[in-house]
This record gives sequence, structure tokens and C-alpha cells, in this order.
Amino acid sequence: MSNAIHLHYEVPGDDFTRAGEASGLVKKRLKVLGYDPDAIRRVAIAMYEAEINMVIHANGGYCDVDIYPDRVEVLLADSGPGIENVEKAMQEGYSTAPDNVRNLGFGAGMGLPNIKKYTDDMRIETELGVGTKLYLTVNAN
Amino acid sequence: MNVKDLCEKLNLKTIVKDDFDREITDCYIGDLLSWVMSRAPKDCAWLTVMGNINSIAVASLADVSCIILVENAALDDDAKTKAEIHGINILKSEENSYNLATKIYELLK
Repeated sequence: MSNAIHLHYEVPGDDFTRAGEASGLVKKRLKVLGYDPDAIRRVAIAMYEAEINMVIHANGGYCDVDIYPDRVEVLLADSGPGIENVEKAMQEGYSTAPDNVRNLGFGAGMGLPNIKKYTDDMRIETELGVGTKLYLTVNAN
Repeated sequence: MNVKDLCEKLNLKTIVKDDFDREITDCYIGDLLSWVMSRAPKDCAWLTVMGNINSIAVASLADVSCIILVENAALDDDAKTKAEIHGINILKSEENSYNLATKIYELLK
């Protein structure tokens, strides 16, 4: 669609300190555009969880964001190991994150469930040894 | 009540000062960042022992009014820098979450 604003961000793989940069920037951009605050919060949280996932599990990746007047669409893609059991990964409390990640306050097995909770549509394409693509849509109420 | 009032009434130490006029309408306690991010109400005072850089991102994304590091929990240097950049108010207390929260409850009533 021609009226979309397109944004692209790289998510560095080994750097927890930079995870959240993309979601922070998207949040700022949506604020400037006068987007609905609830939708902004939902987009930002879902994106941050997905960014953290990419840092923990997949050595980074990229995200593409398309902002439409009525919705925000986000693609988060990585070339990581893929998700072995998507159904399990969607359960609150299920996590394969290492201990050092838990010490930072993550790895509680809430990433994907949170993302689902905060988005209006979520789709996962994953292949073992190839990577994962996460498609998110948040409607602007 | 705003951040400045809270700070004065509860004798909190200021670690990062940004918008101290910001209103506080609620209080939330939690250290598990994903949990906090999905449940902390907007404009709350967030009580935690997590003073790392990811806490700042969570505070920013969840739109909390301030972070209060309880029991004198430390704030990492890089987290302080990031809080200054992102404009996150950070305070510190000697008290534990429960004791501090009961006092905030009284002030918010």
C-alpha cells in the first residue's frame, strides 16, 4: 500500500544493551504520528519481547515495520535455530533460555505469550536450522 | 501526586531526575521483566531490585512514572546512562517493596 510508512531495523545478536532500540524508535515514531496510545504500548511491548527473543535465541536478526493509518504490521526475522515446538513455546512459563538470561530478568517463558496477548494477529513461520519469522499486526482501535 | 511529592514524602534518594512533575496514579512491584512489562500499569511507581539496562527499556515501554530501587539495589552505570537518555526517573529506598508499597498506598488513597 502506498500510504504506509516503512521502517527497517537491524537487531544485533549478542547485545542485550541494544535490544529494545527498534521498539523504542517505533514507539517514538508512532507518538509523533499521533497514534492511539494503547496501540503504541501494545506494538512496543510485542516488539521488545520479540527483539529479546532474537538476542537470546537467534543471534539477532532484523525487523520491518509498516505503519498504516488503521494498523501496524511488523515482521521480525532471524536466521537462528528455529523453534522446535511452537505449541510449547506459546505456553506461559515454558522457556529454553539459559540461566544468565534469567539473571537479567528474562527467560521466564513469557515472550511469545506476551506477544500474542498484545497483538491482534500473530503468525510464526519457523524451520529448524533455518530461522524464524514472526508476523505481527496491531490494530489502531 | 507527582514524582517530586513522592520523593519528598518518602525520603527517597534521587538517582536519575527527569520529569519530576509526572503524575503517579498506581504502584507495581516486580522483578521479572517480561511479567512487569505486560502487567505494570501506565503512570505507576515501579518497585524493583532490577537495576540493569533492560529495566530501563521496560520502564520506557510500559510508560511507568518512575522506577524505585528498593533495599538499596544498585543501578548499573550503563543503565543510568540509558535512563538519562530515555528520560526515566529513578529513585532509591532503603526499605523493602512491601513496606514502601504500604506507604505509597496511603499516599495514593
